[in-house]
Amino acid sequence: MADIAFLLIIFFLVTTTFSMDKGLGLTLPPSGTKTTVPSVNIARVWIDTTGKITLDDREATLDELGSRIKTLTGKNPNIIVSIKTASDARYQSFVDVIDEIKKAGNDKISIAEPD
Amino acid sequence: MAHIQSRFSRRNRISEGISTGPLADISFLLIIFFMVTTVFVVYRGFPVDLPPAQKIDALLGKRNFVNIWIDPQGRIMVDEFDTQLPQVGNIVKTKLTMNPRIVVLVKSDRNTPYRLISGVIEELKKADALRVSFIAREEK
Repeated sequence: MADIAFLLIIFFLVTTTFSMDKGLGLTLPPSGTKTTVPSVNIARVWIDTTGKITLDDREATLDELGSRIKTLTGKNPNIIVSIKTASDARYQSFVDVIDEIKKAGNDKISIAEPD
Repeated sequence: MAHIQSRFSRRNRISEGISTGPLADISFLLIIFFMVTTVFVVYRGFPVDLPPAQKIDALLGKRNFVNIWIDPQGRIMVDEFDTQLPQVGNIVKTKLTMNPRIVVLVKSDRNTPYRLISGVIEELKKADALRVSFIAREEK
């Protein structure tokens, strides 16, 4: 009896999996606060309606974005990536860009409001 | 000699066997205890096609989460509430007063227009819920 009970316990212990959510974490700035950052420390990313990415006024593919952010962060560790996304862009493009920036090793991400 | 032998045999009889009967009772009681006390809080929301991403972290500790589902048609759900964009801030604020350690999980369809996401972000900022995680599907 005890053997069976323990076998059952062990079976459920081993086979139980909890579905865990996984995601890209960000900390938002409090509403209404404005911090001034010298413009040399900002990398501006713009995602347009079609999902086309522009970094500091130069177009970039997703891979290029990653490598350019990496170089920028290497040169200046204080760099903050500011992402501005068009209202009609797909959520996927936005997540892709955040993912790419995080992969490039930069966690200082700021989300700008679309115009 | 006979005296010694009898002494030995008596000692053997005393150390013989530990009763294992109650062990089953205890383990079953434990099983029943955990079955009864375990509570799963699951808000199902609605099915969304999450965007794939690679650099994602697992989130532990279900108690501190508020889920927000957003679909491309603009339907929004905050945990158990089916709601509209302007109410998101208030609901999250109420939840935040009950548990200040809340992390908001944004579960949105990959085709959702960004204006909805941005609207939700602004609402969260207003509610002071600043820890946000954009839930994604793991891309292999």
